[in-house]
Amino acid sequence: MLDVKNIYKTFNAGTVNEKTALKGVSLHLDPGDFVTVIGGNGAGKSTLLNAVAGVWPVDAGTISIGGVDLTHMPEHKRAKYIGRVFQDPMMGTAATMQIEENLALAARRGKSRSLRAGITKAEREEYIERLKILDLGLEDRLTSKVGLLSGGQRQALTLLMATLIKPQLLLLDEHTAALDPKTAAKVLDATDRIVSKDSLTTLMITHNMKDAITHGNRLIMMYEGRIVIDVSGEEKKKLTVPQLLELFSKVSGSDEADDKLLLS
Amino acid sequence: MDFINALPGAVSQGLIWGIMAIGVYITYKILDIADLTVDGSFCTGAAVFVVLFTGGMNLWLALLAALIAGMLAGLVTGLLHTFCGIPAILAGILTQLSLWSVNMAVMGMKATVAINVTTPEMLDKLLVSLRFVKDVSNGTRPFYRHPIFVVGLLTVAVIAVLYWFFGTELGCSLRATGSNQNMARAQGINTNVAKVLGLVLSNGLVSLSGALLAQYNSASEINMGRGAIVIGLAAVIIGDVIFSKIFRNFALKLLSVSIGAIIYYIVIQAVLAMGLNANYLKALSAIVVAIFLSIPYWKGKYIHTKAAVPAQAGAKMGGDLNA
Repeated sequence: MLDVKNIYKTFNAGTVNEKTALKGVSLHLDPGDFVTVIGGNGAGKSTLLNAVAGVWPVDAGTISIGGVDLTHMPEHKRAKYIGRVFQDPMMGTAATMQIEENLALAARRGKSRSLRAGITKAEREEYIERLKILDLGLEDRLTSKVGLLSGGQRQALTLLMATLIKPQLLLLDEHTAALDPKTAAKVLDATDRIVSKDSLTTLMITHNMKDAITHGNRLIMMYEGRIVIDVSGEEKKKLTVPQLLELFSKVSGSDEADDKLLLS
Repeated sequence: MDFINALPGAVSQGLIWGIMAIGVYITYKILDIADLTVDGSFCTGAAVFVVLFTGGMNLWLALLAALIAGMLAGLVTGLLHTFCGIPAILAGILTQLSLWSVNMAVMGMKATVAINVTTPEMLDKLLVSLRFVKDVSNGTRPFYRHPIFVVGLLTVAVIAVLYWFFGTELGCSLRATGSNQNMARAQGINTNVAKVLGLVLSNGLVSLSGALLAQYNSASEINMGRGAIVIGLAAVIIGDVIFSKIFRNFALKLLSVSIGAIIYYIVIQAVLAMGLNANYLKALSAIVVAIFLSIPYWKGKYIHTKAAVPAQAGAKMGGDLNA
């Protein structure tokens, strides 16, 4: 499904702030894979997701989804293949537009936008059904402005929008990090339900090692711009947090990472 | 008494500028871009219209040409901003500056080109003229030739078309771009195309408004667009301050912009009636707009309401944009 081959990315090249965020990352995802991504601050997790989403071009390497080469495709065109939920709850929705208008925008992801109606009556019925899945009562507030919703509600709505049309790849960039624990659990629960219902190929960044172990069928850990750990199947199911930490200090060759990872 | 007599004229002018202000609303409120092209494209519309119309072209075709000329000006700003990566404000200033030369060239290197309205035949051909205001009150012309009626009708038509457009898929993509570019791109919207389209649409309306004002004054004048952006912003802000609580519907919001422009011209008329030198008007407009733009900022900085605490998620972005 997703094929990332040997990508490199350096920010602020040639300045004192030069930072090589990705150093030859390769990653292959099979259809239906639900991969969790962990790693400390600055390990390159978000950079990897943004590279796949096309926020900026990579310096070297190739990215393709389902055999389509995306390497030089602009962000808005890649949206045809990719659904995204951001870390910042403000980023995934249009605050000044209504809930149903946001959903209608998402329903047209990857399609050409013409002078047809921006939203139809039949769609509204469908949105009500879809919103019920979230179990947040949003189905009764179709015409509310999204700016009036809480962070958790906005994240849940963004998740629904990202998956309204089945994406070939779902990118979740620490989408529960900015939420309180209770809301985070609820959004994560909704994520599980939606991903498994449509068996979506998913790449999910999390800072929570426990979540990384309990969700998905495969786990990768990044360190200094590289993928250093990649476990899946039975091996991942049996994984515990202490084991993961031990594995990490072996790969990175230091113990100080323990605190950094646990506390981040 | 002078003030009362001047009212129909002030309302007529306000309505004409209102169409320009609706153009400013599209860029400033919907796209979140401060577009300074309008100071130039307003006169472009006037120049193109007057030159073509006095050259014998049909009035409606000349109006259409003015509209298209303004759209092209918007296209230039849009491409400078998106394709060349120039900040929107600077892109607008560059286009505006170059339009001064373009407008002069269109008017044959003359600062003023007049429509000869001394013959009744020529006058009858016009859609609007300040002379019609008096004619209608004298009873020498039917009421439906009154500029308030004619421009009012045009304004309703413009609002109807925009209401329809911003409800379409394409129109929604413009609104999404103005609201949140990250979201728009993630949903597959080409935000550059949306911005260019918005600038084209906006400057088309501004130009159309300029063409109407040239008819109303029977002349196109090189400086007629100077400060247009400030008048447009004033109209948008006045409309917003007075009607944002009662007008929720998009069409009504556009209407409130038009009413804002009318109120602006009535206030100007009142100030002039009090004996202010007309040369102080530009400074007065700028001060009024500066104060109204500062109020939301001061409110956010110095006045803390309790209600703002639990709604932090929405208040942050919704606060200044829920207009």
